[in-house]
Amino acid sequence: MTAKTLYDKLWDAHVVRDNGDGSALIYIDRHLVHEVTSPQAFDGLRLNGRKPWRLQANLAVADHNVPTTDRSAGIADPISRTQVDALDSNCAEFGITEFRMNDLRQGIVHVIGPEQGATLPGMTVVCGDSHTSTHGAFGALAFGIGTSEVEHALATQTLVLKKSKNMRITVRGQVAPGITAKDIVLAIIGEIGTAGGTGYTVEFAGEAIRALTMEGRMTVCNMAIEGGARAGLIAVDDTTIEYVKGRPFSPKGENLDKAIAWWKTLHSDEGVKFDREVVIDAASIQPQVTWGTSPEMVLPVAARVPDPAQVADPVKRSGMEKALAYMGLKANTPIEQIVIDKVFIGSCTNSRIEDLRAAASVVKGKQKAANVKLAMVVPGSGLVKAQAEKEGLDRVFKDAGFEWREPGCSMCLAMNADRLEPGERCASTSNRNFEGRQGQGGRTHLVSPAMAAAAGIAGHFVDVRNFS
Amino acid sequence: MKAFTQVSSKVAPLDRPNVDTDAIIPKQYLKSIQRTGFGQYLFDDWRYLDAGDLDIPVAKRRPNPEFVLNRPEHRGAQILVSRENFGCGSSREHAVWALDDYGFRAVIAPSYADIFFNNSFKNGLLPVILRPDEVQAIFERVAANPAAAITIDLPAQKVVLPDGRAFGFEIDAFRKDCLVRGLDEIGLTLQHAGAIRAYEARRKIEAPWLFA
Repeated sequence: MTAKTLYDKLWDAHVVRDNGDGSALIYIDRHLVHEVTSPQAFDGLRLNGRKPWRLQANLAVADHNVPTTDRSAGIADPISRTQVDALDSNCAEFGITEFRMNDLRQGIVHVIGPEQGATLPGMTVVCGDSHTSTHGAFGALAFGIGTSEVEHALATQTLVLKKSKNMRITVRGQVAPGITAKDIVLAIIGEIGTAGGTGYTVEFAGEAIRALTMEGRMTVCNMAIEGGARAGLIAVDDTTIEYVKGRPFSPKGENLDKAIAWWKTLHSDEGVKFDREVVIDAASIQPQVTWGTSPEMVLPVAARVPDPAQVADPVKRSGMEKALAYMGLKANTPIEQIVIDKVFIGSCTNSRIEDLRAAASVVKGKQKAANVKLAMVVPGSGLVKAQAEKEGLDRVFKDAGFEWREPGCSMCLAMNADRLEPGERCASTSNRNFEGRQGQGGRTHLVSPAMAAAAGIAGHFVDVRNFS
Repeated sequence: MKAFTQVSSKVAPLDRPNVDTDAIIPKQYLKSIQRTGFGQYLFDDWRYLDAGDLDIPVAKRRPNPEFVLNRPEHRGAQILVSRENFGCGSSREHAVWALDDYGFRAVIAPSYADIFFNNSFKNGLLPVILRPDEVQAIFERVAANPAAAITIDLPAQKVVLPDGRAFGFEIDAFRKDCLVRGLDEIGLTLQHAGAIRAYEARRKIEAPWLFA
């Protein structure tokens, strides 16, 4: 038998039909639905008199628009409310399972899928959201789609896809103490660039990746898209299987045994050839901070803001100049001297229990800096929130002057009321530092939860490893 | 879907790499549950000097006279030319709907992010890939004469400049066929409903937990 990559195996297991023109009809096992990218797809179904092909394959939740403050009176913004109401009524009309806003299981779609066992190894998982790559942490082929494909997946349980190329990114050796999954993935993006993974499915491998918990692996795969790869993957191992067992949607009994037998084959074969290999030395990775308006504009916290004058390529130089102007930063400023206004701990990248524990351990017994106007912690789901409260993390945050909120996407993209004002600078655990992403004119620096927490206490960026 | 064969138009030059979909259509407009009406908000943060939202009429806002789409010489352009990694970031198809609703029929760039590229084909917007030096030639051409039209000929797979220079481009055969004929992909897929059912029957035996 020819050696296959993990991606090859997942692809082959889901081919319904080879179209003979380089594309194939690929079966979709799980379709996650949220309120922003689905209303026009449901309209399309109605317009053409179509129904969802297989209802049980779908799971819906409202996350982008939901308030993170008191929800008992519903959503104040009428436009946001209309969109969430549309999801509720579409799911009711078509018979799709939905966790509504006040359900304890509600949360960010990429947090609740794995939490519920709705994401399983070996599945194809799609969602009208680019951060669907998160689910690749389970050895599932998971990628974001547009609304036309949401409609296609609903109507046919398939997508017409062209196979992408195979890339492996090996993070060799062990990371230094205090280095997190977020630092690993930001360092990878800094290395390959935001378009480095375009056209590829990227498998993350190596000792440093294997050592990560499922939460950490999800953080890494979540940001595969920020490196241009629509899908990221990590091979299944005991860590994966232990995480999946016993969740509400996970297989049980005989089905579980059968599933595990297959899941254990979900890794790239020995000696298989990848179209591109990248190797990164784990020991070289330091706490990362982005300085610009693209995730590839990232440096170790001990570095200085780069100088565009040192860059020869005119397109790249002008991009850097625009980024520095937008970010209000001067070349050669030490990153540790950048003063922040707000802290956001949350998003599908970093809102899981482990992230909250890491941030809480930094702020415990300390106080938010006076210059920090707002530091908010937004758990990824109602269940993450409940777990954190059981461990007393909410008290730790509140005692330090951080706000403790209800679950949702929140200030990662500022579709709800949580946003930056023009010119405000934020230490954020989210995934995109694009212009205006967290609010028009807002300035985003992407960091790990521990680094965001430390910045909130110090009032500026600091190396969390030297912070006490 | 709207068919695409040939478009001749002047070109709007957006000279920056990594134009992300947040820039193409900012988040506040994604709250709309319609598929149309996004053109007025295309590149909103760059195009207007004041903040906008769905409930603020654009007629009352202050356009940024410096922004390329607001310059009189680029009004009515149906072709947008930009730099590498166009459409990166969020999967929002609203970005394609906004470009289409504004009146663009095609984008020319050296490379695109995968999801944006894919979404374009579902909406009759043609993302043309040319070499960086060819894209540079178009930028220079537009700078020299903004009124000059270039032609994108999809069946012939070429971009023809006003001086007669032609740049060929590659396109996947299936996507080209769907665009040229304006085909509905869901309808095409449902012609294979039997194959989908046969796959499901097989998987129910191999992987019963997926259907439990």
